[in-house]
Amino acid sequence: MSLGVKSKRVLTRLLQAIPTVFGILVVCFILTRALPGDPAAYFAGDMADEASIEQVRENLGLDQPMPMQFVTYVGDLLQGDLGVAISTGQTVTQELAKRLPASLELTLGALLLALTIAVPLGVLAATRPNSWVDHLCRFLVTAGVSLPTFFTGLALLYVFYYLLGWAPPPMGRLDMMFLPPESITGFYTIDSLIAGDWALFKASLAQMALPLITLALFTLAPIARMTRAAMLQTLASDYVRTARAAGLSRRRVLVTYAFRNALLPVITTLGMVFSFVLGANVLVEKVFAWPGIGSFAVEALVVSDYAAVQGFVLSMALLFVALNLLIDVTYTLIDPRVGEDS
Amino acid sequence: MSNLAINPTTDQRVQSREGYWHHLRYIMAENPLTGISFGLFFGLIAVAIFGPYLVPFDPVATGVGPALQPPGVNHWFGTDHLGRDVFSRVVVATRLDLLISVSAVALSFVFGSIIGCFAGYFGGWTDRISGRLMDTIMAFPLFVLAMGIVAAAGNSIENIVYATAIINLPFYARMARAEVSIRRNAGFVQAARLSGNSELRVLFGHIFPNTLPPMMVQISLNMGWAILNAAGLSFIGLGVQPPMPEWGILVAEGANFIISGEWWLVVFPGLALMLAVFTFNLIGDGLRDLVDPQRRT
Repeated sequence: MSLGVKSKRVLTRLLQAIPTVFGILVVCFILTRALPGDPAAYFAGDMADEASIEQVRENLGLDQPMPMQFVTYVGDLLQGDLGVAISTGQTVTQELAKRLPASLELTLGALLLALTIAVPLGVLAATRPNSWVDHLCRFLVTAGVSLPTFFTGLALLYVFYYLLGWAPPPMGRLDMMFLPPESITGFYTIDSLIAGDWALFKASLAQMALPLITLALFTLAPIARMTRAAMLQTLASDYVRTARAAGLSRRRVLVTYAFRNALLPVITTLGMVFSFVLGANVLVEKVFAWPGIGSFAVEALVVSDYAAVQGFVLSMALLFVALNLLIDVTYTLIDPRVGEDS
Repeated sequence: MSNLAINPTTDQRVQSREGYWHHLRYIMAENPLTGISFGLFFGLIAVAIFGPYLVPFDPVATGVGPALQPPGVNHWFGTDHLGRDVFSRVVVATRLDLLISVSAVALSFVFGSIIGCFAGYFGGWTDRISGRLMDTIMAFPLFVLAMGIVAAAGNSIENIVYATAIINLPFYARMARAEVSIRRNAGFVQAARLSGNSELRVLFGHIFPNTLPPMMVQISLNMGWAILNAAGLSFIGLGVQPPMPEWGILVAEGANFIISGEWWLVVFPGLALMLAVFTFNLIGDGLRDLVDPQRRT
């Protein structure tokens, strides 16, 4: 019975994503048509004359009314056609697909690291107000909010690469000495583990350490702040007082009663956190020359390769929607209030 | 007679004003950081206004000193690879950075408030359409959307301002909507309506001023974020063009030298950026304490 309620909610949530995706498509479409100047003249190239510009306009369907153009645009997208990246000559879809694993490995790794540090930190800070943990938490939160990611990254590089020599140079995912592992997941760390190659795993982890820490420092601030606030709120609630008065063990009160309820607002804020992480990811990739879709977009921006940038914006937005969906579904599944009252 | 009638109200007003100052003093005393942050804020404004007249060197002149000189007596923050004075460049950049973020936040405050006020007051279709619009903006990772907007609309400082304003818009619209809709049928609003004010006058003359305190908090917290976003955009090469000094681009230029150990090119503009963001965040927290004592942490 309770599973029925939950799966119904999950389904509703999946349906709610449809208008969001539609909105994203409309905005991306507007962005592609808002190019400075005439898009037909742009795609025809510098040497084109009037006739060939008209030809290109017809080929691209730019002489059609806007709603028709939108339908064509969505149709192309469904076939995975995002245009050709001028800088490399390959299709944008290919380029993005090639670089997506690098970005995902970095982003998801940073999120995981941030969560494993921020949530216990927030809980400890809330259970021991004004202790050193609390002050550490406050310090990290303030620093994470005020420090520009690109500055943190460069500062870490200076200390750990130039001064201490612990970190490898910021040259992408793997040292030149190594060959990338056979691609199974596309994540170098996991693939090298599957291949059982310890040296390779260490090398890829060493390359990833600094960008990962940079991104995680920025990410853990909002999570720790929210965890602390939510934990304080649940600890002050009546049901926790009741549980304490009933003589339950401290551990049980903290974990079962306080923490499980405090987790819900934390998960809700994760949506906002994703938005920040995906943005900060671009900056971190630029700093560490990480070959992901962010640095691809930055390179494309420099040479005014619009199709590549638009493809990047679209894929980031879709990734964001997917992550949010994942979070909401998880929320529904762990929410103790769903399923018991019906 | 009339004197008597007026006296109690003025007394009350004086008292409430005194209460306010008392509260302000209490907050300042309890959290000295708030006082410091206001000091930093006025310092930043002063640097933005007077900085360009006070700096020792021309910020774009090359060769005012030897290239890549570490910080010293002549060049407090050192010099860059073209022999430009980093101190002068960092100070002069303050004006541009603040200008970009202030105009962006002002734009999103004005338009966000208008959208939010209409949505909260009239409800119905206005609410649904504006809500959808804001949801669509929020469906993008915001920094990425700003990148896309600047890329599509053209690479200029003006477009950086518009892009930052657009990605901040939903925060103001949502807040204004929430604040207006809880006051839509409050007693004083009904009184204003009964005495014959037009709907727009009720909305903007009577309800909107009441939303200002929480909006002010939002503005100052948002300012720091706007500065970070604008600097991030120019760090990846959008908007501000070299040799114009701006914190983000200064860090980007210095980034090439960090692996060879010339730290001062990155550290000083980065610290300036951090200080500005930190100041606005502290002010935001302080203002929140002042406006909403219950949410104090």
